[in-house]
This record gives sequence, C-alpha cells and structure tokens, in this order.
Amino acid sequence: MSVVDRQEWDVVVVGAGGAGLRAAIEARERGARTAVICKSLFGKAHTVMAEGGIAAAMGNVNAGDNWQVHFRDTMRGGKFLNQWRMAELHAQEAPQRVWELETWGALFDRTKDGRISQRNFGGHEYPRLAHVGDRTGLELIRTLQQKIVSLQQEDHRETGDYESRLKVFQECTVTRVLKDGEKVSGVFGYERETGRFFVLEAPAVVIATGGIGKSFKVTSNSWEYTGDGHALALLAGAPLLNMEFVQFHPTGMVWPPSVKGILVTESVRGDGGVLRNSEGKRFMFDYVPDVFKEKYAESEEEGDRWYDDPDHNRRPPELLPRDEVARAINAEVQAGRGSPHGGVFLDVSTRMPAEVIKRRLPSMYHQFKELADVDITAEAMEVGPTCHYVMGGIAVDSDSAAARGVPGLFAAGEVAGGMHGSNRLGGNSLSDLLVFGRRAGWHAAEYAGAARGERPRVDDVQVDTAAAEALRPFSTESGENGEDAEGPPENPYTLHQELQQTMNDLVGIIRREHEMRRALDKLAELRARAARAGVEGHRQFNPGWHLALDLRNMLLVSECVARAALERTESRGGHTREDHAGMDRAWRNVNLLCALADGADAPADGDAARGRIALTRETTEPIRPDLLALFDKEELVKYLAEGELYE
Amino acid sequence: MSSYEARFKVWRGDVQGGGLEDFEVEVNDGEVVLDIIHRLQATQAPDLAVRWNCKAGKCGSCSAEINGRPRLLCMTRMSVFDRDETITVTPLRTFPVIRDLVTDVGFNYTKARQVPAFVPPEGVGPGEYRMMQEDVDRSQEFRKCIECFLCQDVCHVVRDHEENKQAFAGPRFLMRVAELDMHPLDAAEETGLDRKRTAQDEHGLGYCNITKCCTEVCPEGIKITDNALIPMKERAVDRKYDPLVWLGSKIRRR
Repeated sequence: MSVVDRQEWDVVVVGAGGAGLRAAIEARERGARTAVICKSLFGKAHTVMAEGGIAAAMGNVNAGDNWQVHFRDTMRGGKFLNQWRMAELHAQEAPQRVWELETWGALFDRTKDGRISQRNFGGHEYPRLAHVGDRTGLELIRTLQQKIVSLQQEDHRETGDYESRLKVFQECTVTRVLKDGEKVSGVFGYERETGRFFVLEAPAVVIATGGIGKSFKVTSNSWEYTGDGHALALLAGAPLLNMEFVQFHPTGMVWPPSVKGILVTESVRGDGGVLRNSEGKRFMFDYVPDVFKEKYAESEEEGDRWYDDPDHNRRPPELLPRDEVARAINAEVQAGRGSPHGGVFLDVSTRMPAEVIKRRLPSMYHQFKELADVDITAEAMEVGPTCHYVMGGIAVDSDSAAARGVPGLFAAGEVAGGMHGSNRLGGNSLSDLLVFGRRAGWHAAEYAGAARGERPRVDDVQVDTAAAEALRPFSTESGENGEDAEGPPENPYTLHQELQQTMNDLVGIIRREHEMRRALDKLAELRARAARAGVEGHRQFNPGWHLALDLRNMLLVSECVARAALERTESRGGHTREDHAGMDRAWRNVNLLCALADGADAPADGDAARGRIALTRETTEPIRPDLLALFDKEELVKYLAEGELYE
Repeated sequence: MSSYEARFKVWRGDVQGGGLEDFEVEVNDGEVVLDIIHRLQATQAPDLAVRWNCKAGKCGSCSAEINGRPRLLCMTRMSVFDRDETITVTPLRTFPVIRDLVTDVGFNYTKARQVPAFVPPEGVGPGEYRMMQEDVDRSQEFRKCIECFLCQDVCHVVRDHEENKQAFAGPRFLMRVAELDMHPLDAAEETGLDRKRTAQDEHGLGYCNITKCCTEVCPEGIKITDNALIPMKERAVDRKYDPLVWLGSKIRRR
C-alpha cells in the first residue's frame, strides 16, 4: 500500500477561482472545516482574466431593470435550453452577491450618485454589469482571496492557527475523487512542488475547476483549463450535460501569432466600439437573426443614438449575443472580407477620445500596445473568434448544486452545466460563480454536517490505484530505446498540440458531420498514444509530468464535446452545424448527457482506442408557467415546440 | 520578418544548487520570452520548471529575472533584445528557489495575513454603500496590483538582507495598508486600529528609503512609492511626532 499523507476535512473544494473561493467562504461560515485545492498559486485563478463585469439587475443606471428582465435576457441568450430554475435563481440572487462583495472591501466603479456603476453588454437589455475598468475579474478574485484571509485571521485569533478551519492547498492537483460505495469519501492528489501524493478525506467535495479551453488551439483560456473537474466527475460516475456547447468569444487577438486567442473584452463594444470588414462596412447589420430582429437597430444612425438615448432607440447589432457575433465574423473572413491577419476590425479610435479609451479600457490599451504595437486610441484592432467558455458541464440540481448520481459531490461555476443553456451572455459568468459558488458551499456544508456521525471511509485500494495511475508516465522510459510492444514513448507536449489542432479544426466554431467523425478517430488514436506518454526527470515541479496527467482529462472532455456535437443535428448557441444550419424547435427540450461507458474507468484499459463516453438523451423539465408568462407569446413561438406551447 | 535562432542562458537547479544552462532556440515574429521558455519545454527540456498562467499579463504568475531585471516573462517581447544578444533568465533572487525558474513566494502570503482585513462600517448594509468615484480612485489604483511580487523581489530592503524579512512587509503589502487606509468606508479606526501607525510599527515602513525601484518594475504602472508609500510616510510621521496634528484630525472627524 502506498504511504500517502492523509488529512480529514468536512468540505473539500477543488478549484480556487470565483466559484471555489465563494463556496469555501460559505462552507466555512456555516461551520464546516474547509480545504481548498488549486493548481496555481492562491489568487491566480482564471477568474482574474474576466474583464467586462458582473451581471446583476441592481437597476443603478436604468431603474427599469429587475430580475425578471435579467432572466429573460439569459434565457434568450441561451436559446431557451437553460436549466430555467438556475437562470431564475441567478437573476434573483446576483445583486445580493455583488453588494456583499462591497462589504468585503471590493471597490467597483461608481455612478454619479455614489452607487455601483453598471455598463452595457451583449444581450443585456439594460446597463447591468458592475465593473472595475476592464479588470473586474481581478477585483473579484482579490476580494474573495482577501475575505478568505480575513476568515483565517478570525480563526487565528480564536485558535492560534490561521489554517484551523479554512486552508488553501496551493499548487496541488487532484487526480481522483474517491468513493465509499456510492458516496464521495475524499480526493486524491499530488503537490506540484514536490510530487508527493496526498489524500484529503471528506464527505463533501465541491468541484469548481472551470473550463476546458486548453483542448483548443486558439483560446483565451489559461493552462489550468484542462477540463479536470469535468473528468473527475465523469470518472466518479456523475454525468456531464450538453457538452457540445462551447462558446467562441467573437473578439480575440489574431496577431502576432504568439498572442492569438488572448481576449479582447466585450466592453470595447459595450462602450461604443464597432466591427468593420476590410471594405469598411459595419457588417453586423447584415447578421441580425429573426429571433432578435425587433430588438436591434436597423441603421447605423439608430445604433449610434442608442448610446445616449436607449429608451427611444434600439441597440446596435455589435451587441448581439456572442454566438451570433462570432459566426458573423467567421462568415466575413470566409467571404474574403477579413483583415490582413485573418480577423476583422474592431474600432474604438474613431468613436471615443483617446483619454476616454485609456480610462475605460486601460488593460486593452496596455495589452495591444505591449503585445502587438497597436495604439487602440489611434487605429483599429484586428480581432477574431477564440475558444472562451464551455456551457456544458456537470449535471447539477439547480437549488443545491449537487451533482447527479453521486451523493456528496457538488459543482459550481463554469464546470457546472445548465445555467447558460446553449450560449452564455457576457457578464453572466462572474455572477454565476458567486450565486452558485455560495449555493454549493452552503449545501456541501449541510451535507457534511449531516454526515458527521458516520464519515465515509477512504478505500486503500482506490488510493493505490490512483497512485499507480499518476506514476505511470514515469514507467514508459524502461527499455533501451524506450520501445515496448505497443510503440515508442510519446512526448506529452506533442500529443497536446495535436489534440488542440484536432479540436480547433474539426470540432470548432462551424461543425460538419464528416469532420467530427474524423475528430473521434483522431481522439481514439491520441488516447492510445497518450497511454504511452512518457516523462523525463523526477517528480519535483515537473511540467512534463503534469501535462501527461492532464492529457487524460482533456481527451475525456474532448470526446464528450465531439460525440455530443455529432449527435445534435441542429444549430443553437455555441453549437453551429453547417449541415444542420437552423435552430430546430424539436431539440429545444432535449439534453444530451455524457457518462463514462461501462468498464471504461479501468486505468489499465487494454483497448485505449475504444470510445470511453456513452451518450443519452433526456427531455428537459417543462419551464414553469409563471416564468413562461414573462415572455410574449409571439416570442415563445420562435423557440418552443407546439406541444410545449400548449401546456 | 523572419525566424531566427536566439541564444539563451536559463538557470536550472534546485535548493541544492544549480547553474546557467545554454540553449539555442528558434524565435518567431511577435513572440515573448515565455513563448521561448515553452518552446524549450516542448523541444529540449521537458522538465524545465516555470510558473505561468494567463500569458496575458493579468495574473502575475510568470515573474522571473531577465538579464537581471525583474519582469513578467509573458509581457517581455523578444523584439526588445538584439538578435545576437544572449538572453539570461533566472529565478526571482529574493525568494528561495524551488526548482529552475520557480521560487517559494510564501513570504508574500505570510505578509498578506499580517495586514488586518477591511473593516465594514457598522450600520451600513449590503447595497447601501455610497462612495464617490474620486474617493475610490486612489485605492483602485492600488487594487490594480496583480501580485506578481516583482516589487517585493526588487526591493533592496529584503533583496540582499534576509534578516529584514521578519520586520518588513515589502512594497506590495505596505501598499495594501495604504489601500485600506484610503478606502472611504473602512472602519478600522472606529475599532481602535490605526492603519498608518501599524504601517510604521508593524510592517516596517521606516525601512523604505524611497528609491522607487518597486515603481520601476511594476508591470501595472502603479506609482507605489509616490502614491502609497510616501503619503503614508508623511502621515505616519505627522502622527508619530506631532500630537497637534493627531488631535486636529480627531476633532475634524466629528
């Protein structure tokens, strides 16, 4: 049996971004001894990269805003596939979650009367995003981080130990959720610094690991986004929901190549930036889909008037939901009207004085100046779509954030599915983290409290198996030339690059059946080769080893995305099929669930090429009538099938 | 524009010791130093340890020293160097090395815990906070900090004087004290906590002799010395030596 350091906690939170930290704060405040595990240093999580703001219907700038309007916008943005109860809770609770941040020290930009300022964003009817310039995510993560420290200071005063009730295990990676029968019993992981293994025993585990973007070549996501939480849940027996929906943010940098994919915030458009093609045309006016026709300006003049007089004009189509804008940019480039480096032009320089640009978009000014030698106050930016967010994720109960089928497992934030339906609105992510992070922490603490009498036991066999799985990449070096019967050892970096290229080219923004089939074949090949991924050196801070282990997760979630995308024969939100171009109302109430195929969890699986994911369909719960009543009948007809409308 | 081969020296080793290792490596148009480190990992040194995250200058993970100057690897473009120049990349000198370019930055997390948190004003509930933009501007400047710890690394008070680490919080955390002190609604004083005094007495503000090295290396362009440290020094001095100023401030608050 492996000798592994073991500790007991009540709640273990995997991930220390917005959702994880908010969950940890809640669990600790409700009396649970809480551990947080994160791959990076504390305070570096991907949440810092969120720029635009936190959507919450506080009504500070336009008093007409309220949760019902926010709910409507969210459902429209997600093309009515959203788990509607989540969208409801989110819209109702977001303002409280933002205000609470102020009591923890957050400093948002202010309105003239001293309240939290709110800005316009794509798909939001009113100015709704609480923000700090274009670095809102940093403010969010720092505020939560400092709240955690303040709780630790309280604990220190009481117990003499900062970490007696709330501890952050930084630079650690979890590779397995452990179970006692059906129930969660803890997690297995390793310290990146030393390579040592450890087990945290806990009845409740909250997964808050974010997204999957590192499976794609052009992405705005950081290295951490390897789909760890999605894979941990799958391997623990919890299904993933609607994994075909991947958001390509319309505006990523396209040049120089080394920064391709880095995000250009939607605030650029929210504050007045416009998109033009190589002919100088504001092409978005040609791409307003039928379902949104009444809500968007028909002329440039009307769109321009809207910024000053939103009550009597309609918003410019640059502020359509992200999926629409990304597809439009893609189409312009395909039609040969792109910019020199394969994007389109995003211009603020002719729309605002230089001083205003520098004040409202300081990071964007800095980013283009430093990385691309472009002065955005004087010239247009070149932008194009970049893989940004996964709407799909762990299937959860709307109210409690509990994962389906695995008692003790919870999920919140990007890793959880349902909330955003087929497409997320900008600004709804940070609010999602706070609303459902808190709910996950709350219910995990409650669950752990109830389990206090009979804590689930950690099974030594599972620990040994997990340790063997984690050490496997070191054993492929055996043999004189590193060759064994199955083939030569593989370089994990090469495998990762091939995976990214495959997903980018074959399961990207526009999808076709034959390409997705090729992607599945390629994934099978990569799976077989990944079983031979080998690493040099030792276990101490070895990035090659870390990547070799992360590959398992990326390959699993990539297969989920490809299989679900192949199955859904329509286009909706973040899933666009060239061979099934329209939105099909018959698919409106269909969820696709990915689960681990029978017997696919054996780490020593001899047949690595075999598909590991089984797909099932389920019908979604009908939308509650009082929520449906928030929409006009004429609008619902565009989304809902006949049968649904009757009820 | 074209690719070329650059010469790199990268420090490799661990707590036992180590040294500079030579590499020749391809460089393409528009690349930053972090791209080159990644290329070394992918092609020549798969176990080369480096911290990084966002690769967009927003998270402050990839701090190291390039030709002896503390910088973010992801925001240092190769075009700032001559093509025939040898580029030397070493770990942050002020912190103990763990492996290769990765250092133990635990010092900073220890110091962060020693700064008392924001104290919410009593009787003002969530949603009732009112603050004017001009009153939050200054603290917002300090909250731009991405905690890359380059200022902590470059500060000579601790860079060459391990013994000062106990008493000195470093620019980042003195700035944190200033940020809270300038927060329009922080109620520390009402609870008997004088942040300015603690900056001097508990966080070692007196060690700083305003050489502005911290400001120079800050990738966010925060004027740490001018806007955070000097104003605190002035007011700490006022408080410490001038009872009239202290009394006056008490009376004016009423």
